[in-house]
This record gives sequence, structure tokens and C-alpha cells, in this order.
Amino acid sequence: MTTTDAPVTTTAHAAAPAPSARPRRRLSPGRLAAWAVMIVILLITVFPFYWMLRTALSSNTALATNPSSLLPVGFSLGGFARVFGLQDVDTAVSQGGSGASITFWQYLLNTVVVATSITVVQTFSCAMAAYAFSRLRWRGRETVFLVFLAAMMIPQIFTLLPNFVLIKNLHLVDTLLGIMLPSLFISPFAIFFLRQFFNNISREVEEAALIDGASKVRVFFTLILPMSSAPLATLGLLTYMTAWNEYFWSLMVSYSDSSRVLTVALAVFRAQSPNTGTDWAGLMAATLVAALPMLILFALFAKRIVNSIGFSGIK
Amino acid sequence: MSTTTPEATRTPGTRPAPPRRRHRDDTRLALLFILPASVGLLVFLVWPLITGLYYSFTEYAILTPAQWVGLENYRTMLTDPVFWKSLRVTVLYVLINIGVQTVVALLIAVLMQRLTQSTWLRSIVLAPYLVSNVVAAIVFLWMLDSQLGIVNIALQAIGFDPVSFWASETWVIPTVALVNVWRHMGYTALLLFAGLQSIPEQLYEAARTEGAGEWQLFRRITLPLLRPILALVLIMSIIGSFQVFDTISVTTQGGPSDASKVLQMYIYENAFAQYQFGYASALSVALLVILVIITFAQYFLSRAGESDLD
Repeated sequence: MTTTDAPVTTTAHAAAPAPSARPRRRLSPGRLAAWAVMIVILLITVFPFYWMLRTALSSNTALATNPSSLLPVGFSLGGFARVFGLQDVDTAVSQGGSGASITFWQYLLNTVVVATSITVVQTFSCAMAAYAFSRLRWRGRETVFLVFLAAMMIPQIFTLLPNFVLIKNLHLVDTLLGIMLPSLFISPFAIFFLRQFFNNISREVEEAALIDGASKVRVFFTLILPMSSAPLATLGLLTYMTAWNEYFWSLMVSYSDSSRVLTVALAVFRAQSPNTGTDWAGLMAATLVAALPMLILFALFAKRIVNSIGFSGIK
Repeated sequence: MSTTTPEATRTPGTRPAPPRRRHRDDTRLALLFILPASVGLLVFLVWPLITGLYYSFTEYAILTPAQWVGLENYRTMLTDPVFWKSLRVTVLYVLINIGVQTVVALLIAVLMQRLTQSTWLRSIVLAPYLVSNVVAAIVFLWMLDSQLGIVNIALQAIGFDPVSFWASETWVIPTVALVNVWRHMGYTALLLFAGLQSIPEQLYEAARTEGAGEWQLFRRITLPLLRPILALVLIMSIIGSFQVFDTISVTTQGGPSDASKVLQMYIYENAFAQYQFGYASALSVALLVILVIITFAQYFLSRAGESDLD
């Protein structure tokens, strides 16, 4: 276990202050070439996002005749209108849509409910467990923690089918609760991550509160949790994004609009291609709608997320 | 940064004075605190592990109770040509995906280390990782479309024949592998970049005064000192890569003629199209065994635990 510990603690702190002590060098040909490669990589990274937007703002008929223009062709918001179910069937079909009903508001709402519930409940439940593993004294603590750590190694694929049977037997198939339940209370990684942080909180503050007569429960809520707001926020963000982007499990469990999340809705939309050809404008508008909340969240918290990568990756 | 707790000094037999007593043993409180997580662990991770193994020895069509058939599913698997094909397809996918991704990510990480510490740049590099596999798959389905896709139009403009990326048996796996490289390369690069931060700058300065060039710096300093992190990142990426499903489920559904039917796709098909949960579970066991072997093999081969920095 020590091998997984090491990079976690070191990179967590090394990533925070960017050491810019390096002396500024002249722009040598080598550096110029390096920048050129970097810019090509950045273009490859960014272009698909631009292409999504460009296509979403185009009309299907213009896309078919002029596929190579770098700007939107036959500017139209029809794609977005179809995605949110604002077009009647005839208009949708005439603009290259399938005419099947799609209501992204509902899927958006479902996704928000699932991702928010998982994030709040899981983070809280894991923070409590991490506190018990870090600060409470009880017999068997290390053994139980090892069991939790071992659970981190179980690949998702192995739990999917049995969990489906379980959710089915609980009659929760095609419900939002069924989608969120398996990851609602636990992520072994979150416990590991938070325990690591709690271990580093100074004991003296806690001892002082305990001597003043505060209970351990109070210490947890009024001291430990507020002191850990930064890692809790980072963890919450990562959990939210993971839940938002999850597909395989939701695909298994959800069958109808009432429990459909965005990722599954996108796949369904893509499979509903009309005979005349794929509704690319609508499809790109849909992917944009599905991706935008995460991109906005990222724009707001880019620094926090980027700096967290060093250790969050050691899953 | 001391992480060791002074627990070790506790003596279980002695009875301390009453005021300090509650500091000593928190068993009841601890059980309460780990209760929600433990329920989650037991019900949705440990129990499925056991039942999954059990289902693999049964014939189970989900609507009727599971019937014990012993090793029947495993025997079927060994002679099932689709299973072997899907295994080959999956391995091919992992080789291309991990090979390209590791090289590109290492390149990005080293370039960032040499050029800039900018958070801005790192954010842009990470951006693809924030959209779902499904979104990435659909965007590339469009960009790599055989007729209207911008990539094929660009290829034709510079004199190549258009490539049917999704419909050709030769191209489909490299295509899916590269789409997922696009989504994961920035994330992997940032992991490696964090690792690079732990290499002392003085080493480079010293080597440079000795007249070492960039390539030598990379070969003699960066690569050996990054090895432990690189090994961890590789194990993680390979485990993730073996579980590829989303991209294929959204785009080709395993086609053309099983050319992209990776193991997970085959498992899903067996479970939800054929309702053969028993056989699907046996296939998952096979995948699990592969992952465990790879983890151990890589761990020992790469001496992941050792660092030249110590």
C-alpha cells in the first residue's frame, strides 16, 4: 500500500505552488519547434469543440451541400429547437430531424438530480467513514480500512450485472433511485482521499476542542468538515463530473423518458437517425447541451480541478 | 507531513481515568460513522462480487431462477469463436489506445514542463476529459463521417482517398482507439506532469552544464525518475482501456461484422440481447482475471514500488 500512498501525498502538495524559478531562456529554434508541436496538440484538442458548435448552428441541408466551410452554414437554431422538443413533427422532419419526441429538459433535470444526489450523499457518507478511519479509535480499524481499500480494486464491469439483478429485484429498474443507488453511499477512492487529508490536519486543534468538552461528533461537524472545505469541494466536483458523464450503468437501468439521463438520451437520439441521413445539426446541438454544464463548471473551477489531477488520478 | 498517528502507544488493558476515557475508545461512534459507507460497500461491491461469481456457474435468463450448471459456461467460452475474436479485438484496441496515448501524453507533459507552467494551458489540455465518452464518440462520428466528415474532406483536399473510419473492418478499432486517446491524453499528461514536478530542477541544470542535450536529459533523467509514476499511470490506463464500451456502444455497436466487438460489448449483448446472464457473468470473470494478471505482471515488471530518487 505504501506505493500508492507516496505519489498521493507528494503530488498533492507539489502541484499547488507552481515553481517558476526557472530562468527565462531565449527563444531558441528548439523552443520554437517545441511551441509549434504544442500548438498543434492544442488545435487537435480544441477543434472538435468548435466543430460541435459550428455544426449545431448550421442547417442540415446546408451541411450536405457545403460540409467544409469553417463557419456555420445556413445558420439555424433548428437543431436546438428539436433537442428541446420545440418543433412540431413536420418542421422537424423537413429540417432533417427524425420527428421522434425528444425532451432534453427532462433528461437534463434527471441528470442534475442523479449527479447532485450522488455527490452530496456520497461525499458526506465517505467523509464520515474517512473520519472514523483517521481520527476515531476502535478495534479492527486498520483491517476494515484494508477491506475498503481492496474494494477500490474491483473493476466496475464485474459489479454491473449482479447489481442490475439486485436493482431489478428491488423493483428499482427504470427509476432515478435505481441509477444512483450503487454509487450513492460509497466510493472507496473518496474515503481513501479524504482520510489522507484528515490525517494531515493538526491534532492540537481537535484536542483543544475535546478538552473544552466538545463531543467527537461536534468536532467532526464544526471543526473537521469546515477545515476540509477545499478537498471536499475538489472531491465533490470530481464526483459530480463522473456521475454526469456515466453511461454504461444508466443504459442498463433506464428504459423510458422518466429515468433517462443525458448520456443515454444522446445515444438514443443518435440511434433515431431518419432515413434521409443523420440529423447532424440536431445531434451536435444535443451533445453541446449535454457537455455545456460540465464545461461551464470547468471554466469556473479550472484551477482547482487542474491542480487536483496529480493525486485524484491514483484510483 | 507526518501521517503516523500516536495510536501505537495505546495500551488496551489499562483502565484510564474517567475524563479521558471517551478519547480512548470510540467503537460505537465509529460503527455509526462507517455505517452508510459499509452498507454501500457490502451491498453494491462485495455482494455483487460473490453473486457475480455464482451466476457464472449458472444458466440464468433473469426471468427464471438461476440453474447451477457447473463449469458449462466456461467450457462454452473456450470454444466460442466470438469470445476469442472479441478478446483479440480488445487487446488490439488496448495496444493502440495505450501505445499512442502514453507517447502523446508524455510528449505533452514534457513540453509543458520545459515550456510553461500555465494553468490556462493545462486547462485547455484537460478539456476533452470533461465531456463524456458518449459526447466524444458522437462528435467524432460526425467529424470522421465517410461523406460529410471534415477529416475526410481534408484528406481528399490533400490528395488522399476518403477513409470509411467507422465502417471498415481494418479502420474501426484504430478509429475508436484514437477517439479515446483524444479524450484521455490531456488527463494522462497532467498525471505525468505532476510526476515531473517531483524531479529536482538542479539535476537538469547539472546535466546541462555537462553539455547534455534535450534528448539526453529526457533519456537519462526524466524517463528513469518518472518510472514509478509512469508505471502507476500505465496500470490505471490499461485497466480503464480494457473496459472500453461507451464509444463502441454509441457508434458501431460492435460492427462491421464483429470487427469492433470488444469484450464488454459482447458481455452486454449476452446479458441484454440474449438474456444469458450466466454466460455474460462468466465472460466478466474472464475479463476480471485478465485485469488481475495484468496488474500484477506490470507491477512486478516495472518495479513500480521503487524510485531512483530515493
